[in-house]
Amino acid sequence: MMKARNVLIGPLFLNNPIALQVLGICSALAVTTKMETAVVMAIAVCVVTGFSNLFISLVRNYTPPSIRMIVQLTIIASLVIVVDQILKAFMFDVAKQLSVFVGLIITNCIVMGRAEAFAMQNPPGLSFLDGIGNGLGYGLVLLLVGAFREVFGSGTFFGMTVLQPAAEGGWYTPNGLMVLAPGAFFLIGLLIWALRTWKPNQVEAPEA
Amino acid sequence: MPRLDQSGYTVGFAAAICVVCAVLVAGSAVALSERQGVNAELDRQRNVLMAAGEMRPGESLPPEQVTERFSSFQPVAVDLPTDREDSSFTVVGYDQRKALGSPDTSFAAPAGNGAQILRMPNKAIVYKRLATDGTLDMLVLPIEGKGLWSTMYGFLALDKDLKTVRGLTFYQHGETPGLGGEIDNPRWKALWQGRAVYDASGEPAIQVIRGRAGTATEDPHRIDGLSGATITGRGVMNTVNFWLGPEGFGPYLDTLQPGGGQ
Repeated sequence: MMKARNVLIGPLFLNNPIALQVLGICSALAVTTKMETAVVMAIAVCVVTGFSNLFISLVRNYTPPSIRMIVQLTIIASLVIVVDQILKAFMFDVAKQLSVFVGLIITNCIVMGRAEAFAMQNPPGLSFLDGIGNGLGYGLVLLLVGAFREVFGSGTFFGMTVLQPAAEGGWYTPNGLMVLAPGAFFLIGLLIWALRTWKPNQVEAPEA
Repeated sequence: MPRLDQSGYTVGFAAAICVVCAVLVAGSAVALSERQGVNAELDRQRNVLMAAGEMRPGESLPPEQVTERFSSFQPVAVDLPTDREDSSFTVVGYDQRKALGSPDTSFAAPAGNGAQILRMPNKAIVYKRLATDGTLDMLVLPIEGKGLWSTMYGFLALDKDLKTVRGLTFYQHGETPGLGGEIDNPRWKALWQGRAVYDASGEPAIQVIRGRAGTATEDPHRIDGLSGATITGRGVMNTVNFWLGPEGFGPYLDTLQPGGGQ
């Protein structure tokens, strides 16, 4: 029970895939200009990491080692296509905004990384929780970055105006850096800094 | 337990995984394709309504209402090489942007054109709204052209005189958010309403300028530029002028004028 808890909660702060493992940065920059896209992307990644871990773990004892990576990739790719199809059928507007980035979950290092590092050695239930936990850890960073970028970059939160921009008769001048990819880089950097100040054991030893 | 390193087993396992995954992917694609088609169609209708000013940006309407408002518009295929309407063409299920991908359904755009596009479709779908007496009330034209980073896809709505803008909207582009992306800003789009697209000699005359233009009545051809987005603004200007000009819909619009080619 303790183990299941650690597996699920650990990736949120102690072992966050973006902040500690620095995986999945590309899509974290691309989909966080607005909260809506960040939330949907977070859910999509959770579903893919959770179920890919589950299925890969289910067949782990039958998978020939020589083709294990391509088997993992086939399972992940199929799940991503299914998620993409579902989004297009039920959340068309958001799917349009996420465009290629749903498809690119296939290349998100978190998914493959967890399959290889966890699901190949652990039973299905625990692997599923690990996948969900890592998806949530990724999603948490996405939401934090998305909140900052949408509020300071566009003056809105989930599309509702919170800071009236000067161009629409308000007082706030939107920060252009926030809506561009470099803005997300700075935010993620600050986040990693804050997290490592809070938990100093995450600081890597300097390379000799 | 089979030996995992046997070639026969490896091939068999790979085949089994492929079959299961293929069934999963194909099943979801087939089961959901109808719903996706409906969504794509609704999306197109929304964009036409938005250009026509029948729907506010950001307004969310239930699908039935979109279809109801859209029902006053009639899609018509225009054969661009001959500039004539083609009533025999089946509009339903036709994807104008997909048509650009094949030499059978598209042709090379004029070299050095203002919109900086490479190909034009053989058939372009325009949307007509007729008044109760059967005369043309509004015409919505599909337009596309290069901005700074991306090709911008949109619709331009013209009033019944075919010389005055009723609305302009872009439904897809990849311009910089906050700068060129402001072409989506409702305030900027509202500036287009009532502008005259042709000068006295009948040439397309829209100008996106630096700074502020006057109101539509005192300054009929000019529109405020977007600060920090000179090239995107110029792209929109060139795109609109290209599609209204002799290489775009210009000759077709002439046929719709009273005493025109019809």
